[in-house]
Amino acid sequence: MARNITYREAVNEALAQEMERDETVIVMGEDNAGGAGSPGEDDAWGGVLGVTKGLYHKFPGRVLDTPISESAFIGAAIGAATAGMRPVAELMFVDFMGVCFDQIYNQAAKFRYMFGGKAVTPVVIRTMYGAGLRAAAQHSQCLYPLFTHIPGLKVVLPSTPYDAKGMMIQAIRDNDPVMFFEHKALYDSSGPVPEESYVVPFGEANVVREGGDVTIVTLGRMVHTSLEAAGQLAADGVQCEVVDLRTTSPLDEDTVLESVEGTGRLVVVDEAHPRCNIATDISALVAQKAFGSLRAPIEMVTAPHTPVPFSNALEDIYIPDAQRVVNAVKTVTGWSR
Amino acid sequence: MTDTVERKTLTREHLLDVYRTMRTIREFEERVHAEFATGEIPGFVHLYAGEEASAVGVCSNLDERDTIASTHRGHGHCIARGVDVGEMMAEIYGRRTGSCHGKGGSMHIADLSKGMLGANGIVGGGPPLICGTALAAKLKGNGGVSVAFFGDGGSNQGTTLESMNLASVWNLPAIFVAENNGYAETTSSTWSVASDNIADRAAGFGMPGVIVDGFDFFAAHEAASEAIARAREGGGPTLIEMKFTRYYGHFEGDQQTYRASEVEHARAELDCLKRFADRVTETGELTRPDLDAVDAEVAALIDRVVDEAKAAPLPTEADLLTDVYVRY
Repeated sequence: MARNITYREAVNEALAQEMERDETVIVMGEDNAGGAGSPGEDDAWGGVLGVTKGLYHKFPGRVLDTPISESAFIGAAIGAATAGMRPVAELMFVDFMGVCFDQIYNQAAKFRYMFGGKAVTPVVIRTMYGAGLRAAAQHSQCLYPLFTHIPGLKVVLPSTPYDAKGMMIQAIRDNDPVMFFEHKALYDSSGPVPEESYVVPFGEANVVREGGDVTIVTLGRMVHTSLEAAGQLAADGVQCEVVDLRTTSPLDEDTVLESVEGTGRLVVVDEAHPRCNIATDISALVAQKAFGSLRAPIEMVTAPHTPVPFSNALEDIYIPDAQRVVNAVKTVTGWSR
Repeated sequence: MTDTVERKTLTREHLLDVYRTMRTIREFEERVHAEFATGEIPGFVHLYAGEEASAVGVCSNLDERDTIASTHRGHGHCIARGVDVGEMMAEIYGRRTGSCHGKGGSMHIADLSKGMLGANGIVGGGPPLICGTALAAKLKGNGGVSVAFFGDGGSNQGTTLESMNLASVWNLPAIFVAENNGYAETTSSTWSVASDNIADRAAGFGMPGVIVDGFDFFAAHEAASEAIARAREGGGPTLIEMKFTRYYGHFEGDQQTYRASEVEHARAELDCLKRFADRVTETGELTRPDLDAVDAEVAALIDRVVDEAKAAPLPTEADLLTDVYVRY
């Protein structure tokens, strides 16, 4: 039975249901309960933005607060995963990958291959990403393209509460290391989510709006920006098909290519910086495999090649908005040859 | 300091096993050294010869509940943990029959079924992982312990220092074994380690720190035995510093112009195999013929595994794309 809950609640519910189902599932991270060793209340925070709130009391001994030592505890989650646990570790902000990336990309990602198929590392690393909270350059980045580049990692970015729950459950049950990206500006968004447990498989993009004129391929928070643009464009008689990739590794190439073959026009909307991001990756894919279908050059809508700025005045123009998507769609529909 | 060490737990069979394992490591490494010089072994190879007492002293206290993580200088730890020597040699030769089917090489030999979570090409890569395997053992309540081996170079990595702190904060059954062989690549640990001893740092992480003559199997075994027993009983982590020197360069091909004559001295006066043999024959626990028989057995084993490795098939193009994921 579905009811409306927030993206934050959806992640929490997935964690709770999987911890209930499987006692090898453990949760760890900085302040994931909060108040460890402090004189006040336990479970003071439930994570810095409250995503893991309540799990500490529900599952005694299985929600572990950590020192601020990302290398040690992300590595510990990875080590525990090789030893029969299914840890869900929180790298609070993905910007902090700089202090623990080795454990993720040189250890977890490579064990299976470099050990000749003998390792299974079912770790989930939850992390917050994205701009919009005036959190400035070191707490607002996307960085999922960096992880997408690494063989051995799966990279998933739910855009809705429904996907957040189903993809978290899939991530926990998955036997490969999963980077689970939660957009901090989506936590309070709400939508219908079934109470019962379900999975959203990886590598299956979601056509969130159908249309025959232009394909918009996007992901994460930009799905909503793209849908807003598509709504405006429909009023002008331009029908956009919006494809939510949902996972960047594995990537659902077929859904992207089929859509572009139908529309002949592609706009890719990606909140990441413009170089070597998901927009360039999708553009290359389409240029290589659906070139004959294209009736216009591909347009990319991305953040600029700058750090994320602090001031409202700057951050608001840094983040791609619906108007920029509308403009890009008009560019590709205005092209003729 | 070694003559006071108690050895009451070591039976004749145990002593023979210890000697066989240390001799196997030595013979393996000496042979890899010789074979590398012929140009047949690809890549980077870092030899453990001279340090055998550490790996065997620690691992002879471990059982199937336990896990170790190793370093780029990992052959000794692998052998001490029971990884198949033939598969190891095949791996070093890049063969399909190797421990990792030729996809890992010397720096990534692993066998999780033997509690060996891998040699590691990243200095300081192992300690965080060992916190995780120790956490898993603690949550399962099976009494298992985990051991991170790292060098004097690794002792200066943030990952190692963070892990020692985490292990104490979480009271993990984790043992940190700093193998101070005197050099991180070319850099002397007397220069790169700011404290007098790596073990001194234990105090800063609220755990016991022990300094061991790393050439002395019995000292290493005893120190590890105490630390491991304490960890199994919930007493938390220990840092053990083994002091010794490596017999070869950082990697094969290293001209070692930065070193003085300490290797000659170590081989002649301090060598762990020589000292072990002298001790057990003086006490009459084993005889020279016992040890000679082991030497012959090990020499034959290494001859055989080298021959087999050279004759083994290489991986094929189809192997390139497999085992990136469990399922993708």
